[in-house]
Amino acid sequence: MTTTHQPATPFEMGGIGHSVRRKEDDRFIQGAGRYLDDIQLPGMLHMAILRSPIAHGRILSIDTSEAEATDGVVAVVTGEMLAAHGLAWMPTLSGDTQAVLATDKVRYQGQEVAAVIATDPYVARDALSGIFVDYEELPAITSPQQALEPGAVLIRDEKEGQTDNVAYTWEAGDKAATDEAFAKADLVVTLDTHYPRSHPAPLETCGVVADVNPATGEATIYLTSQAPHAHRTLFAIVAGLPEEKIRVVSPDIGGGFGNKVPIYPGYVVATAASLLIGKPVKWVESRSENLISTGFARDFHMHGELALTADGRILGLRASILSDQGAFYADAQPTRFRAGLFHICTGSYDFGAAHVTAKGAFTNKAPGGVAYRCSFRVTEASYLIERLVQNAAYELGMDPAEFRLKNFIRPEQFPYLSPTGFVYDSGDYHTALRKAMEMIDYEGWRRRQQEPHPEGKLIGIGIASFTEVVGAGNSRTYDIAGLKMIDSAELRIHPTGKAILKLGVKSQGQGHETTFAQIVAEELGIPFEDVKVQEGDTDNTPYGLGTYASRSTPVAGAATAVVARQIREKARKLAAHLLEASPDDLEWEPGRFFVRGVPDKGVTIQEVAFAAYTNFPEGMEAGLEGVHYYDPPNMTYPFGSYIVVVEIDPEDGTWKVLDMVAVDDCGVRINPMIVEGQITGGLTEGFAKANMQWITFDENGNCIGSNFLDYLVPTAWEAPRFRLGETVTPSPHHPIGAKGVGESATVGSPAAYVNAVIDALWSKGVRNIDMPVLPHRVWGALNGVEVAP
Amino acid sequence: MEVEVTVNGVAYRRDTEPRRLLVDFIRTELGLTGTHIGCDTTSCGACTVLFDGVPVKSCTMFAVQADGHELTTVEGLRRNGELSPVQAAFKEHHGLQCGFCTPGMMLVATALLSSNPDPTEEDVRWALSGNICRCTGYTNIVEAIRSAAATMHETAGVES
Repeated sequence: MTTTHQPATPFEMGGIGHSVRRKEDDRFIQGAGRYLDDIQLPGMLHMAILRSPIAHGRILSIDTSEAEATDGVVAVVTGEMLAAHGLAWMPTLSGDTQAVLATDKVRYQGQEVAAVIATDPYVARDALSGIFVDYEELPAITSPQQALEPGAVLIRDEKEGQTDNVAYTWEAGDKAATDEAFAKADLVVTLDTHYPRSHPAPLETCGVVADVNPATGEATIYLTSQAPHAHRTLFAIVAGLPEEKIRVVSPDIGGGFGNKVPIYPGYVVATAASLLIGKPVKWVESRSENLISTGFARDFHMHGELALTADGRILGLRASILSDQGAFYADAQPTRFRAGLFHICTGSYDFGAAHVTAKGAFTNKAPGGVAYRCSFRVTEASYLIERLVQNAAYELGMDPAEFRLKNFIRPEQFPYLSPTGFVYDSGDYHTALRKAMEMIDYEGWRRRQQEPHPEGKLIGIGIASFTEVVGAGNSRTYDIAGLKMIDSAELRIHPTGKAILKLGVKSQGQGHETTFAQIVAEELGIPFEDVKVQEGDTDNTPYGLGTYASRSTPVAGAATAVVARQIREKARKLAAHLLEASPDDLEWEPGRFFVRGVPDKGVTIQEVAFAAYTNFPEGMEAGLEGVHYYDPPNMTYPFGSYIVVVEIDPEDGTWKVLDMVAVDDCGVRINPMIVEGQITGGLTEGFAKANMQWITFDENGNCIGSNFLDYLVPTAWEAPRFRLGETVTPSPHHPIGAKGVGESATVGSPAAYVNAVIDALWSKGVRNIDMPVLPHRVWGALNGVEVAP
Repeated sequence: MEVEVTVNGVAYRRDTEPRRLLVDFIRTELGLTGTHIGCDTTSCGACTVLFDGVPVKSCTMFAVQADGHELTTVEGLRRNGELSPVQAAFKEHHGLQCGFCTPGMMLVATALLSSNPDPTEEDVRWALSGNICRCTGYTNIVEAIRSAAATMHETAGVES
């Protein structure tokens, strides 16, 4: 059901639906944010990491004597030294182990081999050149296909029982039913495509300041962390420190996008060094370190098949995946799902059968597999189905919009059980697509596309009608490293009616200090300016799994609404006491209780708050506060339709966006301005991946894309302009009907751009170009010429 | 080596290593941490400061090169207790999310508006093309800067 949301509160109160300006901005626009690298502690030492120059090799010897003798160097740490403390290896978020500092082999270029701790960061880096490592070079495996060839060198020879380079195998759906659907098909359309390796590349790199008190053993770990509570627990497990002695503080975060979900070797080494030396140790990555060693994303080789009827209905989907995991299987994803939530790949379409198989291979590349602005591989899933659907429409001789409208799940089918087991909460896909078509004048562009272009340019129109699955968990199905995917909110109302809200999630730019205060404003009528939102300090916030996979609003946002409602119920009793009325006789309006039928006889929430500490009835506990742990009944399913028009120059293969509309439905929008900011950013990242942004390797495993000269991210000059639209289909199970939006546009838009390019080239026989759709690839496809990747 | 530099109108004299990068000097020796470091290759612009009014990337200059010059960092944008029009517009138009690129963006914008008080969208985008933002998609940054230009016109009109 599409609705529009009318704010229930006045603008100054700033409840749900108001585009109030962000509270956090005042410090950022004055240079007064406090990011990790801004932290200076007395006596603080600095760490630099020596990394492997080769992709695969056995370590024969490490000589650190010259580095140790350098003025200002306090210690040089090697894997052997860590091994003496049981810290040479650490668990990954997917149940594998990862080297902290290499002891036996290096398995990718950029892998951590040794670390220098010095009094000055320049000295620490200088001293790296005084460490001499002898390697016996081994063949580098640079693709998953190569990894699975018979006789391929074993990358994980240290791993017990590991006899090949397979990291995992996994499947979902119903094979027999899918085979049956394909047997009935009039037509089968297939697509093979590689979703290339990418990197979230937040503008702030990763870092740590580890401060272990030598007298008490208490560790304060300042960390660029999207998940500070989970990291505290993992630190306790990895380092064997008592959890009450670990305080993780995630300060202002300069963008995360999934990059700041894993625990990286540098964090562990710095913490161990602080513990052993008794002084604070800071480590901040350089950009190159960030790009070559931390949290890559995607790298899925995908094969998809759609079974179709001649009249344009989808009967079934087969998908098989070969994923390039790098040297360690370190996907940040729920335990039960080995290829993330890729099995959402049936997308927005209603058909009976699907079967998905996935296999991951170890290669000599950095580990990661983080969900880059994405809910656990939903981006790859959305890309595959949206590319397949377009090709299917053309093979059937249908318009791709018409084909989608014919196959969409219909509004009355929700809640909808997908063939791979997801229960879609709500949706109205037809309305979103029709709205996008109207906004961009789809029919008009189709006509213009047929007209001869004065300069010989080619026009392409691409659609993507994505459905996401976000907001993990429920706890029955979703955990990471055993930690159930709940989140929590603690809300305290002070005597003067101001409030503090403490959360287990952590903003990295999403604007939590504003939007979560708006939820409190909505539920309690306390102006959003009066609600301080605190996140990131594990000593002062309740437990939570953190901010990624668009889960803050679906989970912590729900927890906030629930705890605020619980507090309102207590406030009602206090108000009844103050008004000498029965609680049942009180009415609520934003910020005030009044006696039913006597609107003048009332008390404000501020008066009630004061009474909670000064004039509470006998038998009632003092105070006005609460904490709630929210376990979502289901995931949420944001969706939308994006349409992009591109113009291709056949002379050189370049393409540009002429127009783009994005109609998003993320349920109820807490702050429309912030939602649109998220969408615009995501559309730009989607464009980046479609157009320019990827990480690749040469045949020796050297990373190409190790800096912003080679790893191209768009500037204001390249970034397209967008026009945004919305529909509102509330989530029926979320307390405020919100679904989450931070990743929708990154998930949905890449297929729209690529579909537009292929749309322009279809009549020339082009069926696919892998991302990034670089000019030489377009030119090669147009001219039937094989080009370098 | 001794360096004398005026930053945000305050004169500093410091003894620093010849190889110390200007950005490290500003952040560590002067304690002005609003200037950020985002890359190693002069690509991202997070470290942008104004050098005698001209935007430079302070990760690609030595501190000693600033000897005798005037710098403006983000901490110097606020004047007489008031946000500059560029700062105010960034907040009003949601021109920032994580805030890490924001100081560099605002300094480029400030320099642009001082030389081109009425920039077109193309002018703004070209001026920003040495600065990377990973959050916003730039739309609101461009809007903020054009709005700041309009505000500065109005203010100038009132004053004259």
